[in-house]
Amino acid sequence: MKANESLIFAPAEKVTGWRLFLKTILARSYPRIIGQQREKSWIFFEIFMPMLAVSAYVFVYRAIGAPEEYVGFVVVGGAMTAFWMNVLWSMSSQLYWEKEQGNLALYIMAPNSMMAVLLGMALGGLVATALRAVAIIVLGTFLFNVQFTVSSFSQLIAVFLLAMTALYGMGMMSASMFLLLSREAWHIANLAQEPVYLASGFYFPIKSFNFWIAAAASLIPLTLGLDAMRQLIFPSGAALGFLNVHVEITVLVILCFVFLVGAKFLLNYMEKLAIREGRITENRR
Amino acid sequence: MSNYAVETKDLGRIYKIRGSKKENLERSELVALENVNLNVERGELFGLLGPNGAGKTTLIKILTTLLAPTSGWARVATHDVSLAPQLVRPRINMVSGGESSGYGLLTVRENLWMFSQFYGMDSKEANERIVALLTTVGLQDRMNTKSSDLSTGLRQKMNIVRGFLTDPEVLFLDEPTLGLDVGASRDVRTLIRRWMDADKNRALLLTTHHMVEAEELCDRVAIINKGQVLACDTPANLKKKLQRDAMFEIETSPLNGLTDKKLEEQAKVRKAALTQTEGGAKLELILAEESALANVINILTQKNIKVLSLTKREPTLEDVFMDLVGQRMEDVEKSEVPNESQ
Repeated sequence: MKANESLIFAPAEKVTGWRLFLKTILARSYPRIIGQQREKSWIFFEIFMPMLAVSAYVFVYRAIGAPEEYVGFVVVGGAMTAFWMNVLWSMSSQLYWEKEQGNLALYIMAPNSMMAVLLGMALGGLVATALRAVAIIVLGTFLFNVQFTVSSFSQLIAVFLLAMTALYGMGMMSASMFLLLSREAWHIANLAQEPVYLASGFYFPIKSFNFWIAAAASLIPLTLGLDAMRQLIFPSGAALGFLNVHVEITVLVILCFVFLVGAKFLLNYMEKLAIREGRITENRR
Repeated sequence: MSNYAVETKDLGRIYKIRGSKKENLERSELVALENVNLNVERGELFGLLGPNGAGKTTLIKILTTLLAPTSGWARVATHDVSLAPQLVRPRINMVSGGESSGYGLLTVRENLWMFSQFYGMDSKEANERIVALLTTVGLQDRMNTKSSDLSTGLRQKMNIVRGFLTDPEVLFLDEPTLGLDVGASRDVRTLIRRWMDADKNRALLLTTHHMVEAEELCDRVAIINKGQVLACDTPANLKKKLQRDAMFEIETSPLNGLTDKKLEEQAKVRKAALTQTEGGAKLELILAEESALANVINILTQKNIKVLSLTKREPTLEDVFMDLVGQRMEDVEKSEVPNESQ
C-alpha cells in the first residue's frame, strides 16, 4: 500500500441521535459479553467462591433442621449475589477504573452519551453475570437436590427483569457519584458489599427482620426481587414472603423509574461538575 | 466568525488544590494557564513545547472539552468548547502518550472497532479502515492479538490508529512519543507527518517537551512555561531571532566551583548553562558577540578548568527556550513540581 493512500478517507458515514446511542450501548457491552469470557478465572472466582458461602448456609440449615425450602432460598440467593457483585465492582466503581486507564476521558470526549456508555456496561454486565448465576443455580440444584415449583412463569420473568433493571439503574446512579471519586471508590465499594448481603436477605427470608428494617432494606432492588422470586418458585415461599408479590412488583416498577431517571440527571450533573473541577482525567501524570 | 481549527482568547485555568484551608487562599490555588492566545490554521501541525508542568496538558484538556476554563474562551473547529461541547466532540480526537486505554482482553481490532462505534461509524466501514490503518502502521499481523500482549511501542501505534480512525478535523496528540524508544518514536513521528500531509484540511495540535520532535514535525511552535505562552512562530523564525548571537558548546574538566551566574556577569554573555557530565562539565553559551568568548576562556583558565573541546553551533529550539526562560528545559523540569495532575 502506498504511503498516503490509506491515510486519506472519503468522509465517513456517522450516525447520530438514537442510532449512535444504540451503537454505543452495543459497543460498550462487547468487552463484557465477549472479552470477559476469555479470562477463565471467572469460573473459580464467580462460581466456586460463591458456592462455598452457599454450602456453608446449607449445612447450617440442615444441621438445625430448618425447612428444606431454606436450602433453595440459599441457592437462589447465592446466584443473585453474582449480580450484586457485578453491580458493585463493575458498575459503581467502574468509572474510577476507567478514569485510571484513560478510557473515561475518551468516552466523554466522544460524541456519544455517557448514559449510553453506562447502559452498555449494565447490559454487558447483566448478560455476562446471568451466565454465572445460571451456573450457580445448576450446580447448587445438582449438589443439594433443590426442588423448584414455579407458580407463575410470567410473574417470575417480570420480577427478574424489573429487579435487574432497578438494580443496574441503582448501579448507574452510584457510578455517576463515583465519577468524582479517586481511590476511595474502591474502599466504598468494599464497605457496601457485606451489609447488602445481610440487608437483602441473600441467605435467609427478609421476613425474619422487623417490618421497618425490611422496608428500608427494600430500597435495594435485590431485596424485593429475591423475595418475590422465592415466593414464585418454592411452594412455601409465599408463607415466608415479606409482601404480596403484586405489591413487590409495583414497588420494583417505582424503583426502576427512580433509579434510571435519577441516574440520568445525576450523571449529567456530575459530568459537568467533574469537567469544572478537573476530575475527568487520570492522575497518573 | 474565523475559520481557525483552534482559537483561544485570554484562556486561563486556575486549579483549586484539594484539601487546602480556606484561610490560606494563596496556597490553595494554582495557576495552570494564564491569558493564552493562540490560533491554529487548518492544514497546520502546531506544537506546544514546554517542560513538564508548563500547562500543555491543561490546555489540551480544555480544547478537548474535558476541562472547563476559568477565564477566556476557546474554539475548536469554530465551536466554543464550553458552550457547545456537543458540536466540538464529533470533530476531534485525542491520543496521549503512555495511555493504556481500551481493554486488554480485547484484540487490537476489537478495541479499535469499539471506539469507532462511539463516533457512530458504520461497522463495516470502520473495520475496513482499521485494516487499512493497521497495515499502514505495520500492525496488520497483530490485528487479532490481545492489546494486553502488545509492547509499549506497538500499543502506542494502536492508540494513534484510534486517533486517526474517526478522521477528525482536529487531532490532539499529548506527548505521543512518551516512554517510547528511539525507533518507535521515529515511526510515530513519521506516521504523524504522513497523516497531516495526506489531507490539508486537517489540523493537528501536538504537545511535547522534546525539542527535536517539535523541530522535526511542527509547522509552528508555541513555547509555553508556567502557564504562559512566551513565543509562537515557525521553528525557523524562532531560531532566526537568535542567529545574530554566537552559540558555543564547550566541554571542560570539573568546574571547581564555577557557576553559570558568574559567567553571565561577563559583558556580552547573554546566557550560560553549565551541566555536570561524567568526569567534567558541559558549558552552553549564548554570546552577543563572538569576542566575548575570550573572556569566558580566561575565566576558565583562572579557575584551572581545562577546555577539552569547543564547538560553535547553529541555534536550536533548546537555545530559544533558554533565551526566553533563562534555564534549559531539563533544569526547569528538575526545579518545578508538575502541576498537571491537580
